[in-house]
Amino acid sequence: MNNFLYFWNHFAFVLLMVGGLFIIIVSQNYIKKIVGLAIFQTSVFVFFVSLAKIIDGTAPILNPINTIYSNPLPHVLILTAIVVGVATSALGLAIVLQIYRNYGTIEENEIKKEELKDIS
Amino acid sequence: MNIFLDDAPALVVALPLIVSAIIAFIPSSRLTWFITIITLVCHLFLSFELLERVSSLGIIIYEFGNWPPPWGISFKLDGVNIGLQLLFSAFALITTIYSRKIFLSEIDHHDSGKAYSLWLLAIGSLNGIILTNDIFNLFVFLEISALSSISLISLGAGINRRALLAAFNYLIIGAIGATFYVIGVGFAYAMTGTLNMNDLIIQLSQYSEGQLAIFAGMSFMLIGLMVKSAVFPMHLWLPPAYSYAPSAVSTLFAALATKAILIFFVRILYEVFSIYDDYFTIFLEYGLLPLSLAAIFIGTIIAIYQDDIKKLLAYSSIAQIGYITLAFSMNESSGVLSGFIHIFNHALIKGGLFMAVGYFAISINERVTLQSIEGFGQKFPITSYALLICGLSLIGLPLTNGFISKLYLFQALYSDQMFLTIALVALSSALAVIYFWKIVEKLFFSSKGYKASSEDPAIYIPIWIVAISLIYFGVFSSPIVEFSSIAADSLIKGVLSE
Repeated sequence: MNNFLYFWNHFAFVLLMVGGLFIIIVSQNYIKKIVGLAIFQTSVFVFFVSLAKIIDGTAPILNPINTIYSNPLPHVLILTAIVVGVATSALGLAIVLQIYRNYGTIEENEIKKEELKDIS
Repeated sequence: MNIFLDDAPALVVALPLIVSAIIAFIPSSRLTWFITIITLVCHLFLSFELLERVSSLGIIIYEFGNWPPPWGISFKLDGVNIGLQLLFSAFALITTIYSRKIFLSEIDHHDSGKAYSLWLLAIGSLNGIILTNDIFNLFVFLEISALSSISLISLGAGINRRALLAAFNYLIIGAIGATFYVIGVGFAYAMTGTLNMNDLIIQLSQYSEGQLAIFAGMSFMLIGLMVKSAVFPMHLWLPPAYSYAPSAVSTLFAALATKAILIFFVRILYEVFSIYDDYFTIFLEYGLLPLSLAAIFIGTIIAIYQDDIKKLLAYSSIAQIGYITLAFSMNESSGVLSGFIHIFNHALIKGGLFMAVGYFAISINERVTLQSIEGFGQKFPITSYALLICGLSLIGLPLTNGFISKLYLFQALYSDQMFLTIALVALSSALAVIYFWKIVEKLFFSSKGYKASSEDPAIYIPIWIVAISLIYFGVFSSPIVEFSSIAADSLIKGVLSE
């Protein structure tokens, strides 16, 4: 049981991740899907950053008082991943805007009805 | 000059990326096209230079900023990726020459210049995917290629608004796949503290097979890459994305995009994952092998029932990816060899088919369906015969390079004593004849007596270059077989040397 509590950051990560995936799958609204995607990606950022924490560690700047530093590399990686996430959301929203202009709605079930009209 | 050539491994990725940023500001679409061609000619030159260097040195590790590998990012050029690098470079050039007229008629005039900016971005990042030796760097290239290809796919909305839905689905599914991959990277980093692939192999070999964290991490990475390369149950984004994209874009991605990610998938699988012998064989035998067979059958059968030809070709791509993963699931050098051969051949075949169909699409200005191409054998004979050659090669008729793929695949399966799989593959090849025959029947055996209309040399010359290369590599198969056997050797040897 102790072990479970020790890795609580992993549980937080999994909860966020599954929540995000759930929103992506269940919601009919395309903007909500992008929100779900953002939560899903953020969960991974949280996971990476929490990996870097070393107990009692501080910011990795050389100074005479502290000798234990947290690992800076995951933060740098996640900085890149955040940029990628922002770009993905921005592109997704741009496409949703175009979908709205072309279909007049951003609800998946209504777009499916439109699709059927296209075919028949 | 030599200063540039020393950095050739970085330049093959950096050159398209830098030029793409510059040409985004050029308003004239003809000028951007011209600059793109010049860039890709330089790119091809650099690729030949790299090929020469790799064939004399065997392996090149390029360190960015002279940071030694475990700390800095590095590119690795060896037998596995150098042949593909050359194929990518050459095919990107041919497709770019072909794309000019297609973009002009399928994309809004103001966008066609900017489309080349995205086009170069996609080419540069795909090159990065096959060359990189750093697992996080791969994620960045994956996302650059995904974002640029999504934008290019959504440009198809000018003709059919469904391109937007296809692009959106690809965005969501692709982002989930890439994020899964990053979760895997996180687990691997937590256990080993390294992102460099060579170092990762050394660090991972300290852990026993029972380590759950490593197993979880590897599973996340492999599943993420399988989503991105459209291996069977994760393929749903691919058919709409390829069929509603502008035809030149479908050509580039059908030929190159999934292959680049498959190469990295195979490298992770064989170079890193294979140090855990039990997991590795279980994954290949009970995971990849049944999925590949399912992909082959379901892809082929759905293709038979398609009316829309670009969709038909997209589903046939799913089946062909199935053949490639089937070859790699054998865990033997002969199987891996046939997988590499099929990556080369399928890139050329599918590229040629999409090119020909793209020409039909712009000449009739609507979706290319089985009904609408009736009699095109008489109307557009030059393009139709090129399509016939590509299609025969897809089926695997002797004297075409598709036959070489099938031959080596059957040889590998036979030496592995997998007789049931041989029967299934033979059956699926027979099924492939059905969907291709439907196209041929409409093209050449119809009662509509069209007169031959003049065709555009700017389009049919690139198509025929591809078609002739299919026959050339079918008759003189040694270049492709040689590249592939070097690739297979260095992939398998990479495992043994650890």
